[in-house]
Amino acid sequence: MLVLGPELEAQIAEAVATFVPHNQALGMRFVSCREGEAIIALPYDPKLVGNPLTRVIHGGAITALMDATCGTAVFVKLRAPIPVATLDLRIDYLKPATPDKEVHARALCFKVTEKVAFVRCEAYHPDTASDLVAVANGTFIIFRGRALAGRGKAR
Amino acid sequence: MNPLADIVRAAKEAGNFAVLVEAIPYLRFLGVTVESIGGELVGKMTYSPPLVGNASLPALHGGAIGALLESTAILQTLWETETLALPKIVTITVDFLRSGRTVDTFAKGTITKQGRRVVNVGVEAWQEDRARPIARANAIFLVQLPEE
Repeated sequence: MLVLGPELEAQIAEAVATFVPHNQALGMRFVSCREGEAIIALPYDPKLVGNPLTRVIHGGAITALMDATCGTAVFVKLRAPIPVATLDLRIDYLKPATPDKEVHARALCFKVTEKVAFVRCEAYHPDTASDLVAVANGTFIIFRGRALAGRGKAR
Repeated sequence: MNPLADIVRAAKEAGNFAVLVEAIPYLRFLGVTVESIGGELVGKMTYSPPLVGNASLPALHGGAIGALLESTAILQTLWETETLALPKIVTITVDFLRSGRTVDTFAKGTITKQGRRVVNVGVEAWQEDRARPIARANAIFLVQLPEE
């Protein structure tokens, strides 16, 4: 098993930015990670708008950001590029995201078993980090014994 | 006057949500359109490479599938209820059942409970075989119904 070394952060960043076309298409940017936690940014972009009257981004864009950040937190927790797939994700939308502002998601993988990882995630604007936009809870299946580039399902 | 309400009203009167879907940038970005199949409102997400979440499999991104489910639930709510504003999502729970292949994906919403303020919608997504769904979700929306 390949265990990620000191270059962990750079490898995670590369995986998020280049290995996942949908994250790239949405404009996601890796911010940081440490000890089972990952932060990813989603800059405001008119193409993400879900309501043209309010210019608020679509809930689906927040879903994609939180799914990606939760998955990244699992990689960080495992300290190895083991493929994982989302089993379920519950998202509560606490308030609309503010137009023109970047959204950050911070996910914590707080428990892993042999087969399942449990993650919680918060989305917020970095300048008002305590006033949350959304919270999520997710579970992920871990495909141990498979290489990331192999037959696993990483979302 | 709320211009979106005009679009929603026109879409409902014409029985065609294409103009509404076209007015929502994120749906254009994802390639989500709406079709009437056998009298049912079906959301369709046309496959394109930016929807991929795992390039090596390849498989669709869970976030793209989630967005299709949420959008289809919103369209079903607009279709079946009197609300003329876009329903506001409160919560959504998505179960991912199978990995999404790099083909077109469809979704159908079913309103399970409609109240005056809250609408509960179940929605399912499939690809080639509707009997083998790739994901399903329950979503709860706040709606604004006209005063009686």
